[in-house]
Amino acid sequence: MNVSPLQQRAPVDAAAPIPRVPRVKINRLTKRYERRGVLRSIDLELYDGERVVLLGANGAGKTTLLRILATLSRPTSGSVTIAGHLTHKDAQAVRAQVGVVAHQPYLYDDLTAAENLRFFARMYDVADERSRIDEVLFLVGLIARRDDRVRTFSRGMQQRLAIGRAILHRPALLLFDEPDSGLDREGARVLERILGYHRSGGGTTLMTTHDLRFGLTVGDRVLLLENGKLVLDAPSHTLEENALDERLARR
Amino acid sequence: MRDGLGKVSILVWKDLLTEVRTKDLFGGMFIFAVLTIITFNFAFDLSGANRAASGAGAMWVAFNFAGFLGLGRSIALERDRGSLDGLLLCPVDRGTIFMGKFIGNLLFISLVEVISVPIFGALFNLNVFQPALFLVLLLGTVGFAAIGTLLAVMAASTRSREVMLPVLMFPILLPVVIASVRATTLILTDQTRDLAPWLNLLGAYDVLFLAISYLVFERVVEE
Repeated sequence: MNVSPLQQRAPVDAAAPIPRVPRVKINRLTKRYERRGVLRSIDLELYDGERVVLLGANGAGKTTLLRILATLSRPTSGSVTIAGHLTHKDAQAVRAQVGVVAHQPYLYDDLTAAENLRFFARMYDVADERSRIDEVLFLVGLIARRDDRVRTFSRGMQQRLAIGRAILHRPALLLFDEPDSGLDREGARVLERILGYHRSGGGTTLMTTHDLRFGLTVGDRVLLLENGKLVLDAPSHTLEENALDERLARR
Repeated sequence: MRDGLGKVSILVWKDLLTEVRTKDLFGGMFIFAVLTIITFNFAFDLSGANRAASGAGAMWVAFNFAGFLGLGRSIALERDRGSLDGLLLCPVDRGTIFMGKFIGNLLFISLVEVISVPIFGALFNLNVFQPALFLVLLLGTVGFAAIGTLLAVMAASTRSREVMLPVLMFPILLPVVIASVRATTLILTDQTRDLAPWLNLLGAYDVLFLAISYLVFERVVEE
């Protein structure tokens, strides 16, 4: 793993508490579409409370990795364990532990914000449905629009509601695929608030972004995928934005 | 079904609520069905014994094509906004999701049929208020919706999904179409004593294809 040109700052503080409970364990994960290798022998562990940023050029395999972790796609070989459950054997248990924000919002335009969340709350068996929906709408700054149809929302508001949908069932693992896309300044603040809220409960986050500065700011750890291979795994404070940017631009 | 009826009813509630607000499916299907019935009414010679046979054919052409329209639209609504993935992320059995979509589609197609049948009866001057006819409609529609829901999900991921759905469905649906038209003709001509074989065929088809669709749905939505 070639990490030295990018790691120019101080090494990891040995005194800092390092969470060591693996929430996600990926073992020799490979995904091929026909003959093309999209992910190539990925080994990775994510721990409780970690915020991990996944970087890579378009087509590097970021979304495919997230889809496999979310059980939306099956690996060609290798295994993924989330909270002790193998994704290919116990997918339902894994899904209950995972919250996903993807490129599409997974929302219903002709239902209101509250109705969308009610639908998903019931699908996920959220116990305190009514209070939890209001809590989530408050967290994402949409409580005043709870009874408005999603069709009337801006792109940024839909993205905020999608983030709310993802955290509704208090998942242990958040998988965010470019959650900052389409967000205005208020939306970005909401996203940071949600990430903090999730970590305060011991939750793990794995997210992709094309905004390096944002990624290095909110992430504890940075992963870099190049052509389906994991080529960098380092604490974010040891990385230089410019060097990382140049490396991504070369791909 | 491991997740029980609760989750299925939530899925159906979501589809019904959306449909009540948009009338996307019902509006298109109903207009298509009625227009087809009216067109056939003017095209056919409706004198004598022809009337029942032509009417039965016209009715099922109208309902099947309206059904194709509705099924394609129903699944496209889920695919286009990525909400099918949203459903697949929920911690429920894939078969439960299939049953939710199947029952939703069954309700929408049945509603179109229930409203269109009296119009059909009036235009073709046939007695359609017979319990046996509604039984045939139900059995034919269950088979249509079961295989249609499964194949609509398959077709939705293809580029020319509107064309693909009827192409995929028609060969598999042929026994239902034949049995439904024959059974309807017998009912409309008061020959109900010969009805049993066709009802048995429809019932067997429904059980078989509902079970197959439920079981293979997971494979169809898998990437």
